[in-house]
Amino acid sequence: MTPQSKMKGSEAIVRALQDEGCDVIFGYPGGVVIPFYDALLDSSLRHILVRHEQGAAHAADGYARATGKVGVCIATSGPGATNLVTGIANAYLDSVPIVALTGQVKSDLIGTDAFQEADTTGITLPIVKHSYLLQDAAELPRVIHEAFHIAGTGRPGPVLIDIPVTTSLAEVSYKRVETLGLPGYRPTTRGHVKQIRAAARAINDAERPVLYVGGGVISAGAAPELLELAELRRIPVTTTLMGLGAFPETHELSLGMLGMHGTVTANYAVHECDLLVAVGARFDDRVTGKLSAFAPKAKVIHIDIDPAEIGKNVPPLIPIVGDAKHVLAALVKELQGLEWTPERTSAWLAKLKGWQDEYPLHYEDPADGTLAPQYVVEEIDRVTRHEAVVVSDVGQHQMWATQYYTFTFPRQWVSSGGLGTMGFGLPASIGAKIGRPDATVVDISGDGGFQMTVQELATAVNYDIPVVVAILDNSYLGMVRQWQDLFWNKRYSQTHFERQPDFKMLAEAYGAVGMRVTEKDEVADALREAIACGRPAVIDFKVAAEENVYPMVPAGTSITEMIGGVAPRRRKKS
Amino acid sequence: MKHTLSVLVENKPGVLTRVAGLFARRGFNIESLAVGQSEDPRLSRITITIDGAERPIDQVMKQLHKLINVVKIRNLQPSGMVAEELMLVKVNAEGEKRAEVLQVAEVFKAKIVDVDRRTVVLRVVGSTQKLEAFLELLKPLGVLEIVRTGIIAIARGKG
Ligand SMILES: Cc1ncc(C[n+]2csc(CCOP(=O)(O)OP(=O)(O)O)c2C)c(N)n1
Ligand SMILES: [Mg+2]
Repeated sequence: MTPQSKMKGSEAIVRALQDEGCDVIFGYPGGVVIPFYDALLDSSLRHILVRHEQGAAHAADGYARATGKVGVCIATSGPGATNLVTGIANAYLDSVPIVALTGQVKSDLIGTDAFQEADTTGITLPIVKHSYLLQDAAELPRVIHEAFHIAGTGRPGPVLIDIPVTTSLAEVSYKRVETLGLPGYRPTTRGHVKQIRAAARAINDAERPVLYVGGGVISAGAAPELLELAELRRIPVTTTLMGLGAFPETHELSLGMLGMHGTVTANYAVHECDLLVAVGARFDDRVTGKLSAFAPKAKVIHIDIDPAEIGKNVPPLIPIVGDAKHVLAALVKELQGLEWTPERTSAWLAKLKGWQDEYPLHYEDPADGTLAPQYVVEEIDRVTRHEAVVVSDVGQHQMWATQYYTFTFPRQWVSSGGLGTMGFGLPASIGAKIGRPDATVVDISGDGGFQMTVQELATAVNYDIPVVVAILDNSYLGMVRQWQDLFWNKRYSQTHFERQPDFKMLAEAYGAVGMRVTEKDEVADALREAIACGRPAVIDFKVAAEENVYPMVPAGTSITEMIGGVAPRRRKKS
Repeated sequence: MKHTLSVLVENKPGVLTRVAGLFARRGFNIESLAVGQSEDPRLSRITITIDGAERPIDQVMKQLHKLINVVKIRNLQPSGMVAEELMLVKVNAEGEKRAEVLQVAEVFKAKIVDVDRRTVVLRVVGSTQKLEAFLELLKPLGVLEIVRTGIIAIARGKG
């Protein structure tokens, strides 16, 4: 191959994508991206034709979360680009590295309200880590190289490249770019030595420490270092929704998730701790509840790659800007030189153990004989032996998935956290399965969210992507109904689906396997069959209509004020 | 509290939108903004003044730093900077007023940049206070139009 060769812009895009290590792209064609699709025909780059551009963005996102690689999607100008917007925002709020390519009208038509023109860079400005309007074809190789670099490094995030069709048609001399021209982009990766030393001393001295771990630990690939640190000083670990999988929940030091639907023990632990070590987490309101009542007795150490997160909500005593992997490793090294005995935290660990015994997650079998949604998740956990890649949609089922699935490794959990995007689950599971073909991928979905992107069943069938969709079907927009139940006098306004499609038949119509399960003793078998069949499968689990997710911290209150935290049979008699 | 930020950015299309948009999104009101090429032709320098910010300025500075095209940010302190503004004022200068206008201009070292039978355009450079004082004196004579560049500021000495 010649180091520099002349080709069409569209061919250069394909080449550049491959040079960046991209092996699959999710997309949907249209007028101004025909040149790209034409170049695709002559390349080995795999393309997955989704059924809606939102699906392309979520699939790229799911692929990125499950693999750690940059996910790529493409759409045409105008409506194609606007259909990507939700997916880009979703990736932005969860710091997921994706590169979104959009077609744009001819350079000289920009700004004239041309056919299918939308100001894509303008519309997406607040929801991208960076974006380009690629007017000059000569810049194409550099821009694509930079886009991948920016998306995947530092705090990851989506990068958009808007490409006028004139750029795709122009002749460019393509040469692989290895250098970067980004004078304003230098993420700090190595933590400040003095701060790390101070943090190590604080950790060593703590009697009631807690590690509060977010998605940053997963992005940084820092799970091994986290485990080492936790075990070295016997520090209990609680994770955020984004951090699930960063620390094995089978470990004795795991407290599970904290926050609005976190475990009682995790929330009590944060409330009582004398040292809170936040790693790659951002003190989101769904975690902290009422901010002024959050971790009131604790010194706070905050480790994050993004300086803007430090001090945004909680001013830390010891801020450390850096990559979690590096900082945690440095902390371990520093701690190894300090004297410490397990007695220092043993009383604390015993106390936590006591809470765990007293306040386990709990539910009862529904009186009407329908399935308990929690039971379905427990069965998914059992059948897949904590080893599936679990994708979720957004709602009650998502929270039950966090509570009743046992997460044991990073990138095992793919879920929309920050944006809370209904419709994320199915396309994201397709992306995840493509990225992790050897893993069992189960999408735990709701009957509402499933219908927001149900068309992607066609994609799964088309490409033989055997994902298992488990719908926890309650005929309700359950999470909203729960709020109406608890805070709006049970006035269920527009949350009940009076008529739903037959999900089994719907799946079959798409060419997938469809099942319906109403009996407890059929749950495991149905799951096994769906996993074994090797085809996309949808199981409609008819679950209790009005079950609520507990414990629950009402928005804006202290995280110790949990509704439903105590199991009925354990409630003390007054 | 008033803040003066000096922001060095890459000279690329859309940068100003990104910077200005960020302030709006994070709830800060830009009072004045001035952009121009810096000592390095690849870089522009933006001077932004923000007035009455209730939220801490360092959060927006950190967010600004995250913009890929932003190279450097300085929060200039009043004591450590020189801040000036240029203003063009069109005033009524009919009849006897003309002499008065010219007198005020003289005191403030304002330059007459355009004259016609009825009006005079004055150019004055200086601190915001100086410009305000200048306007106070001109107002009774009849100010017809004001144009200001917005503050540009530079750190004193080598700092
Ligand atoms: C796109 C979108 N629209 C609306 C919402 C608000 N919302 C959050 S959860 C929820 C209900 C989800 O219902 P379903 O998918 O059936 O799941 P369930 O809560 O019943 O498990 C709604 C409407 C949202 N998160 N996303
Ligand atoms: Mg539902």
